[in-house]
Amino acid sequence: MSELKVKIGLECHCQMTSLKTKLFCRCPADYRGKPPNTNVCPTCLGLPGSLPYLNRRAVEEAIKVALALNCKINRRMVFYRKNYFYPDLSKNFQISQYDYPLAVDGYVTINVGGVDKVVRIKRIHIEEDPGRIVYKGSIESSPYTLVDYNRMGVALLEVVTEPDMETPSEAKAFLQELRSILEHLEVSDGSLEGSMRCDANISIEGGSRVEIKNITSFKEVERALSYEIIRQRNLLRRGVQVKRETRHWDEVRRVTVALRAKEEEMDYRYFPEPDLVPIEITDEMIERIKAQLPELPAARRVRLVKQYGLTEYEARVLTSDKHLADFFEKLALIHGNPKVDCNLVINELLRLLNEKNIGVRDLKFTPLEVSELLRMVDDGTISWKSAKYVLRRMVETGEHPRMIVETEGIRRIAKVEEIEKYVDMVFERCREDVEEALKDPKVIHRLVGEVLKETKMLADPKITFQVVSKRIEKLKTIRKWGEVPP
Amino acid sequence: MNVLSLTAKQIAELVLTGSLSPVDVVEAYLDRAKRLNPKINAFITIAEEQARRSAEELEKRLRKGFSGKFVGVPVAVKDVISTKGIETTCASRVLKGYIPPYDATVIRRLKAEGAIVMGKTNMDEFAMGSSTELSAYGPTRNPWNLERVVGGSSGGSGASVAARMAPIALGSDTGGSIRCPAAFCNIVGLKPTYGTVSRYGLISYACSLEQIGPMTLDVDDCALLMEVITGKDGFDSTMIDYKFKWTPREVKGLRLAVPKEFFGEGTDERVVDKVWTIIKLLESQGAVYEEISFPLARYVLACYYIIAMSEASSNLARYDGVRYGFPCDLSSPWYDSYSKVRGEGFGVEVKRRIILGCFALSAGYYGRYYLKALKLRTMIRDHVLSILKNFDVIVTPTTPFPPFKIGERIEDPLALYMADVDTVVANLAGVPAISVPAGFVDGLPVGAQFMANYCHEDLLLTIAKCIQDETKFHTKVPEEARL
Repeated sequence: MSELKVKIGLECHCQMTSLKTKLFCRCPADYRGKPPNTNVCPTCLGLPGSLPYLNRRAVEEAIKVALALNCKINRRMVFYRKNYFYPDLSKNFQISQYDYPLAVDGYVTINVGGVDKVVRIKRIHIEEDPGRIVYKGSIESSPYTLVDYNRMGVALLEVVTEPDMETPSEAKAFLQELRSILEHLEVSDGSLEGSMRCDANISIEGGSRVEIKNITSFKEVERALSYEIIRQRNLLRRGVQVKRETRHWDEVRRVTVALRAKEEEMDYRYFPEPDLVPIEITDEMIERIKAQLPELPAARRVRLVKQYGLTEYEARVLTSDKHLADFFEKLALIHGNPKVDCNLVINELLRLLNEKNIGVRDLKFTPLEVSELLRMVDDGTISWKSAKYVLRRMVETGEHPRMIVETEGIRRIAKVEEIEKYVDMVFERCREDVEEALKDPKVIHRLVGEVLKETKMLADPKITFQVVSKRIEKLKTIRKWGEVPP
Repeated sequence: MNVLSLTAKQIAELVLTGSLSPVDVVEAYLDRAKRLNPKINAFITIAEEQARRSAEELEKRLRKGFSGKFVGVPVAVKDVISTKGIETTCASRVLKGYIPPYDATVIRRLKAEGAIVMGKTNMDEFAMGSSTELSAYGPTRNPWNLERVVGGSSGGSGASVAARMAPIALGSDTGGSIRCPAAFCNIVGLKPTYGTVSRYGLISYACSLEQIGPMTLDVDDCALLMEVITGKDGFDSTMIDYKFKWTPREVKGLRLAVPKEFFGEGTDERVVDKVWTIIKLLESQGAVYEEISFPLARYVLACYYIIAMSEASSNLARYDGVRYGFPCDLSSPWYDSYSKVRGEGFGVEVKRRIILGCFALSAGYYGRYYLKALKLRTMIRDHVLSILKNFDVIVTPTTPFPPFKIGERIEDPLALYMADVDTVVANLAGVPAISVPAGFVDGLPVGAQFMANYCHEDLLLTIAKCIQDETKFHTKVPEEARL
């Protein structure tokens, strides 16, 4: 059986984390870390009599995104009510958009395995985030539901794609590109927990469309889609029709479970929100915002290659996270060796970040301190290998690199006299090897290795080699002539 | 001098000059309200303690030189308007025990002028009704005849003013809810232009139609109240920049349109008679009138109810017992708890409107009902505006019949909806409308209604003032309220 074609479309919910206040009231938009239900007012709690009042900045921020995603912007924007009952929704309706969304018909270019691909954007609209539901244990067994409305009313941007992606890795690439664009626009900080969530639509040729809800990270998107492809393929292989339904991604068990069949799909009873007037978006407004658009990831990649002589691949890795690219550029500016700097950022720093599961901005040091670390490599104070170790310690402790080098005693041993002391010790200890080395020059390397081991790898290997070689030569002379002539 | 016979304006003047103390004023009205309420049931909550405390604080502030338009004036507030620290129920079981943590904008403005909230008045549950019989707290009785309805849905506010239990009151008007009880109570009731009074804190029934407005004994109090409550508010996006200011003028030369459909079949002939008397009176003062046609009249009720019910179905979704009001059952799944709260918390008329509204908005019927109603609404508005191009005001009866007996129409929702037939046009169009006392039929008050163009409340008050001066109907006091 030939592989059946897969179609994937995404609906991404991105919090506009750069806004100071929520979408329809004056509560702070930054709800993170606050005690439950303290970041609320009558409006976001949906108390009787409260009314929404639009945060105009949200519209401007959203226009920025629409322009960056090459969309057509509607000149008249209308908010609708989407009615459904759920405890996380304080009014039991959500103010969202339906007809006349902010923007439609855009596209984003992604790159997977070196191949460019265009993903079409169907629409972008603004809506309010619901509150957060906390279950004790799992959704099925929890004896009660706790609701925290601190998040209720935070501005969300919903970006909906056409079903243009064909593999889970394309979906992941799209999300990474979107996140990077939002970060470059300074609209949303994708590294904040819960700031980007998505639903995925997936169908396999010959089957129906299945929607997977509430996926919280890029990793989970790949996993959920891969699971779903296998599930649907197995069904089709057995001749079972794939049902059109909505499924929930269970992160813990790593399976999708059926939520509801499409036959009983909710009727949201959309109608224009009477408490908000339609918003006119003028050409002047769009032109003004367009003029202020910053450099976007695609353009930045081109520039990075040109300006620093990086490879396409390196530029892509750097721009996958705006803050990573920012970090690199600052480092390159201070240290001035882009190839080395890029190598350190991509190969060492990024690995450490992934390992510790933190973001660039969580680092307790700046590019300046990293440049000092590299300077110690440049002037021979420490080895490249030690530098990697120091970087790890910096990530862990946030201490200054020079401090780490001093306290941990990992300064490189490069003085001949000092190395000679270790050579003495090794020659004393490894007499047999010395004998062998006198006959076979290759064994010299073994002795060098012993010296390095003795110095905990701190001795300069080149100088050590020279010292050891010299000593062997000297011994050979002694063996041949007895005493060395003065 | 009996405080209870004074207008709000007079009370404020006497308090400012030191002839009256706010505490004495409040005590007099509290005493009156407590005495009459068992009979009339105008108040759901008499905020005795809060009113006393406010009066005492006000005395202190007065000594420091505080001044305001409503200094020491008790105000009765319809129980649909949020009052900080005072239970606000919308006359519904679903909101029993709910104490808002904030004041509606109108309340904030009134307090800033020295007014004192003395209680929350009875109403049809969630303002859905035209008789104040549909309250979870029992019907309000008409001070002019205790067997009769008081009109609705702001019936408690109407009765409280008519029975001198409060000098002024606030009501809300979605389809005539201020004007109908004003007519049935022989007082002045004004629905302002949509967008001129902040709805922040007004518990929504149908947000695109409703406005808070004054209910007063006389026209001057009405004007004063309008001065205080109008004006842009940062908490309501639908507002226009407008501050009411009234300079009385002559009615001479004003052109009145009399749409014959609102005087025809279904309207009590005695009511028609009274309104014509008023029109003739205005003519005698120099106004001119012309009979015109309003062919869309037969559609206004259907249009109004579809829009109102649709919005209501969404606005009332938040009453689930999770955060306030009717307690939800924590031991059952949330959807069962929701059903229980909403099943037991709402009255039958509210449930009827929610269900009809859901139906009208549902995917399969949206185009057939809601969208059609919106189009019709545009046509009605355009028609009203086209009339007001050639005329200053449109005159109709406020209601097609005088106050009916309690229980008479309650079993027949459609008969009850008929009470709104004259008033809903103003809400659909968003224009201001006033009900002015127009005389008595068998000892029961009836009202005349005037509609004007956007923000032309001044015209309405000018006409009302003229009628008041010529008829003195406003000086008549119901038997039950003899002082």
